[in-house]
Amino acid sequence: MTAVVQSTAEPQAPPAAGGARSGRRKLSRRTRSSLTAYAFLAPGFALFLLLIIYPMIKAFQMSFYDWNVIAGAASEFTGWKNYQAAYHDPVFWRGLQNSAFYMALTVPPQIVLGLFVATLLNNRAPARALFRVLFYLPVVTSWVVVSLLFQYLFADSGLVNWMLHDVSHVTSHNISWLSGRWTGMIAVSALGVWKGIGWSMMIFLAALQGVPKELLESAEVDGAGRWARFRAVTLPAIWPAAAFVTVMLVIGGLNVYISVALMTNGGPADSTQVLLTYMYQQAFTNLNFGYGAAIAALLTIGVFILSAIQLRAFKVDQEDLA
Amino acid sequence: MTASSPDLLARQPAPRPAYRRRRGGVTAPALRYAVLIVGAAIMVLPFLYMVSTSFKSQTYVLTLPPQFIPHPATTANYSQAWTDNDLGRYLFNSIIVAVISTGLSLLLSSMMAYAFARFAFPLREVLFKVLLLGLMIPAMMLIIPQFVLVKDLGLFDSLGGLVLFYVGSSLSLNTFLLRGFFQAIPGELEQAMQVDGAGAFVRYWRLILPLAKPALATATIFTFLGSWDEYVWAVTIINTPTKRTLPVAIALFHGQNSTLWGLVFAASIIAIVPVVVVFLLFQRYFVQGLTAGAVKG
Repeated sequence: MTAVVQSTAEPQAPPAAGGARSGRRKLSRRTRSSLTAYAFLAPGFALFLLLIIYPMIKAFQMSFYDWNVIAGAASEFTGWKNYQAAYHDPVFWRGLQNSAFYMALTVPPQIVLGLFVATLLNNRAPARALFRVLFYLPVVTSWVVVSLLFQYLFADSGLVNWMLHDVSHVTSHNISWLSGRWTGMIAVSALGVWKGIGWSMMIFLAALQGVPKELLESAEVDGAGRWARFRAVTLPAIWPAAAFVTVMLVIGGLNVYISVALMTNGGPADSTQVLLTYMYQQAFTNLNFGYGAAIAALLTIGVFILSAIQLRAFKVDQEDLA
Repeated sequence: MTASSPDLLARQPAPRPAYRRRRGGVTAPALRYAVLIVGAAIMVLPFLYMVSTSFKSQTYVLTLPPQFIPHPATTANYSQAWTDNDLGRYLFNSIIVAVISTGLSLLLSSMMAYAFARFAFPLREVLFKVLLLGLMIPAMMLIIPQFVLVKDLGLFDSLGGLVLFYVGSSLSLNTFLLRGFFQAIPGELEQAMQVDGAGAFVRYWRLILPLAKPALATATIFTFLGSWDEYVWAVTIINTPTKRTLPVAIALFHGQNSTLWGLVFAASIIAIVPVVVVFLLFQRYFVQGLTAGAVKG
């Protein structure tokens, strides 16, 4: 979803030496140049087509089959049956709800807190580099490790319960976080926010470099308060970055997998299934590949639609602000 | 969106606000640091607690109140992870897979980036857009067809199957990143070489690659860490215990010995120490890679 500015590269100008040339020779030079380009492109692009594009198409195809995993065995074409099955499957809908719940619980805090920390760090501060590293540490740590770590912290006699119950007496008893639907999703979301703040902070820090200082100062001279300055100067300047962060976080939220798989594995009794844990279990535990592919296809379409809506919404707002 | 720095609050309009800012109001900076310190503590304390637990024996991992300083401290978890649980083997597998994937991916994507950045050819924009599709589609969406494909290719349950797909899934981002950098290299240098009779490959190898070292460093770090941390694909296609990579091994430590937290965290720390070191040494390349997408937009 990275917004790409298609800066068209200057086509390589042929060397000026040699004076006037016939059109035919120019053409052959151009063809030769194209062939060179294709030669550079071929190995990587072929691999890309085989490993990414072909599976993309294959995924949609598989979703219309009762797919047989055994190599060589025939698979039966079943039309929309896998999609109908999803429509009538309560666990699929619960997975969708849980994914949406995770998104709602993780995306806004990551944006707000990431931007907040970035503004705190933006002004020249002595320990700025240190803080940046500390906030970014969870981002570079693997999902596997931090998922296990949070499972440990949210264990029945773990650190979180100790702090909530024994230290601060916020809760009257120890909460069994990972054995309930909502508490489990909250624990997983806590991990998502904790791991993600550093990332959005980094993007916003880079974007804040582009806020015109003169405008901020002249707005201040004109008596604009700090909220007014933020709205009128800072926000428009970081708007593209905010759009990027939001779109990426929404996609990431819908794609939550490893943390749920390792912390609750969708349990107990499918209560904390998210779309991808359910897809994975359908495919690789139940060997229901066609159904898994249908869930993946639905999710892909959902991601594309949501991203398109967001990009559009951000653009409209930007014009409003300007 | 209510965020803005407290020290802006206390400021008066002034000809040289930069000076006033630091001198004026003691409370605002103090508050700012208090918030930052609390935030940083929340980020770091879980790691320190993990380190602490990795030095505890099983009896003490979930005691109430929790032990922050392990007492008695033991290194048994580390030696057990290393000797009884074959961690050295998994570390070796992870290094091999990550190094080969990174090398191949950088070679292939820098060649593609060179073609996209420096040549005009039919379908260039179309092919580039197709390549960018790879940035948009999340890896998990393709795991089912890729699983079928890796079986068809005869690479199921092999490190080769890991390498191939790690390369494939990193091509889009790396090509995108490198293409941007290559375009910024002045064309005159290349034309001068061309006049001297240097062919395209020589120009790519002798001129473009050496000049693009910062971008190559960024791509190297991201690809290496991506392969190093990858879990889902590895746990899906690797069956043989001796072929496991570190993330798979750690997750399975956890599964097999569901409460041996000391052991799990000792292995985790062995896995994340190289990552943290690389991050600390090459921070600026992380920032470049991260913002390449955001700022250009």
